[in-house]
Amino acid sequence: MVRVVAGTIVSGIGVFFLLVGSLGVFRMPDVYNRLQAGTKCTTLGAFLAMVGVGIIEPQWFWKTLVIALFILVTNPVSNHAIGRASKKCGVPLCDRSVVDVTESLKEYEDRS
Amino acid sequence: MTDTTNERTGRMRDYCYLFVMLFATWLMLTSSLQWQELTTGALISVVLAIYLGKTYASLGMPPLSVKRIGYFIAYLAILFVEVMRANFDVACIVLHPKLPIKPGIVAVKTDLKQDVAKMILANSITLTPGTFTLDIIGDTLLVHWIVVKSEDGEEAARLISGRFEKYLKAVFA
Repeated sequence: MVRVVAGTIVSGIGVFFLLVGSLGVFRMPDVYNRLQAGTKCTTLGAFLAMVGVGIIEPQWFWKTLVIALFILVTNPVSNHAIGRASKKCGVPLCDRSVVDVTESLKEYEDRS
Repeated sequence: MTDTTNERTGRMRDYCYLFVMLFATWLMLTSSLQWQELTTGALISVVLAIYLGKTYASLGMPPLSVKRIGYFIAYLAILFVEVMRANFDVACIVLHPKLPIKPGIVAVKTDLKQDVAKMILANSITLTPGTFTLDIIGDTLLVHWIVVKSEDGEEAARLISGRFEKYLKAVFA
């Protein structure tokens, strides 16, 4: 009983972060900020949701932990790949941006 | 003579680490201690360790020691705290009616030498919300920051990567 309550709370926090992440994808102004909300909140959200399931069903705990760790390692990589590809293709930053060091780098000459 | 012996023990060590990691993953996935499962897992781990040993050695992971493991555990604890704290920050920004963002891309210099260390640092920066690593050019990390607190390189480095870099330097020293 305690286990089910604890697992539900952990999963619930994870679901809250997944909700905030998807809301952020709608609210943010450009691709980079959307990536911020879209991958960061989902990393923690998916991690907590998986661990919560593992707490409710103890015989699955190690498997869910492996899945959670894979998410934790691979999500930043995909985030990085999408961001880098966007910048290399010349997707502009939003108007509210204050600084962009890539303008002075030859690796990122403007191609837009 | 001593060089080749060292090299050989180094290579044996890499194979052993790889085997232990693969076997641990197998144990977690099967979650069973029956001898059939264990033998199959051990056999598969040995084959994969021999097959992937060269690739693992080329990563240049440092040898294990108590000090390194201690620093790595401290690093993981700090990372976890930062991930939780910073996730609440981003949740606040997203839910705030005025969307208080001030995004920008800053350059952050790092002192870390090994590629693996740089990769772990870049992934840590990406995991702590508010910042993500766009690219690594030499020893410079390009970081997208959702609320730019400082445009100066050193100040930005202190705020973004300072907390992790100290521990990673100790681990990969």
